[in-house]
Amino acid sequence: MAEQTTVGYIQHHLANLTFGRLDKDYVRKDHDGNVIAVLEEPTWTFAKNAEEVSEMGFMAIHVDSMAWSIGMGLIFCLGFAYIARTFNKGVPTGWQNFIEMLVEFIDGTVKDTFHYRNAMIAPLALTIFVWVLLMNALDLVPVDWIPVLATKLAGDPNFFFKIVPTTDLNVPLGMGLTVFGMILFFTVQRKGFMGLVKDLCLHPFHAKKWYINVLLIPINFVLELVSLIAKPVSLGLRLFGNMYAGEVIFILIATMFGAGLILGIFAGVLQWAWAVFHILIITLQAFVFMVLTIVYLAQAHQVEEEDHNTH
Amino acid sequence: MNINLTLIGQSITFLFFVWFCYSFVWRYIRGAMEERQKQIADGLETADRASRDLELAQEKAAQYLRDAKQESAAIVEGANKRAAQIIEEAKQTAREEAERIKAGAQAEVEQEVNRAREALRSQVAALALAGAEKVLAASIDENAHRALVDDLAAQL
Repeated sequence: MAEQTTVGYIQHHLANLTFGRLDKDYVRKDHDGNVIAVLEEPTWTFAKNAEEVSEMGFMAIHVDSMAWSIGMGLIFCLGFAYIARTFNKGVPTGWQNFIEMLVEFIDGTVKDTFHYRNAMIAPLALTIFVWVLLMNALDLVPVDWIPVLATKLAGDPNFFFKIVPTTDLNVPLGMGLTVFGMILFFTVQRKGFMGLVKDLCLHPFHAKKWYINVLLIPINFVLELVSLIAKPVSLGLRLFGNMYAGEVIFILIATMFGAGLILGIFAGVLQWAWAVFHILIITLQAFVFMVLTIVYLAQAHQVEEEDHNTH
Repeated sequence: MNINLTLIGQSITFLFFVWFCYSFVWRYIRGAMEERQKQIADGLETADRASRDLELAQEKAAQYLRDAKQESAAIVEGANKRAAQIIEEAKQTAREEAERIKAGAQAEVEQEVNRAREALRSQVAALALAGAEKVLAASIDENAHRALVDDLAAQL
């Protein structure tokens, strides 16, 4: 690690442990550019460098992101399920207090925003909030600890390992797309497929005469389609952007640790301060993701008649 | 940044966790919390009712107390009245008794006086006779004047 350049250090910290498919006849090289092997058939393997990762393209999976994301999800699910199982209906104690407070808070937020009958929304909101919060919270672990531990365990100094799932674009975007799927699903479920089409074609411009409406349909469609697609993308990118930026700043601060005692101490103070600030960001981003999901789903449930009545 | 299968993996994971949360977490916690809310509401209502009952009972007790006081006052008053009456009656009886005794005594005194007068009368006759006998010893004939003196004595 000592001879690593700053650029290499940063690149290493931003790369995921990727398991993917390499095509036939791909020439694998080691770090110094020597040819190790020529693949005789398509192979599923761990990528050893950025080149291999880009070669794998879509047919690859970020093992570290998935593992930490599932791990955090399991902590949430099993922890909460355990509390739910041992739930004391009398006087709540310890963790139960915390969980109840959280559940009450989520329930209140959902009730404030979502006025339709759908038992899925509140559990969905709870899952998003706690899960994203836990995944984001991994950002507070000093950036070198786990990657260095992983390289030591793997015995390979170029072993990629990134622990914060939400700084991997796939993860927030995957969740955003899932929410997008839910928006479409609930829209169709509540208003039918024609309802979805109407939503797309008759808003925001609407005229009394049908022939004007026909003219307005293309304009409406373009506008509504953009706003519809913007929902999952903004949802995913907002979370990703915030977390990625935070992570990069942590890494930049961490590069100063090697630059002498004074700078090292300064970096330590900086890291501490940024971590404190980051506590706000990770909570806020989890909350924003949750609230926007609820709002989008509430819009999906909104039937036109009600729309006219309430506005 | 590479978009790859992680996207789909994350979607599936997400859906799984939402389902898990819906099936095994949320409904239990919410259910238990709602049950507790109901319990607390019931408890508060019971307490409310109990305090209302207490108030009622206190009022009733106060009413009883008031009644009892009134009754006792009436009884005492009656007793006082009766006592006064008894005293009055006793006084009356005593007065009558005294009156009666006085009358008896007076009658007795009168009787005594009469008796004394009778005795005196008989003795006066004898004394007058004796005196007259002494004064008139010589001149009076006892037999001749006996009827005269007796007649005089009878007029006394």
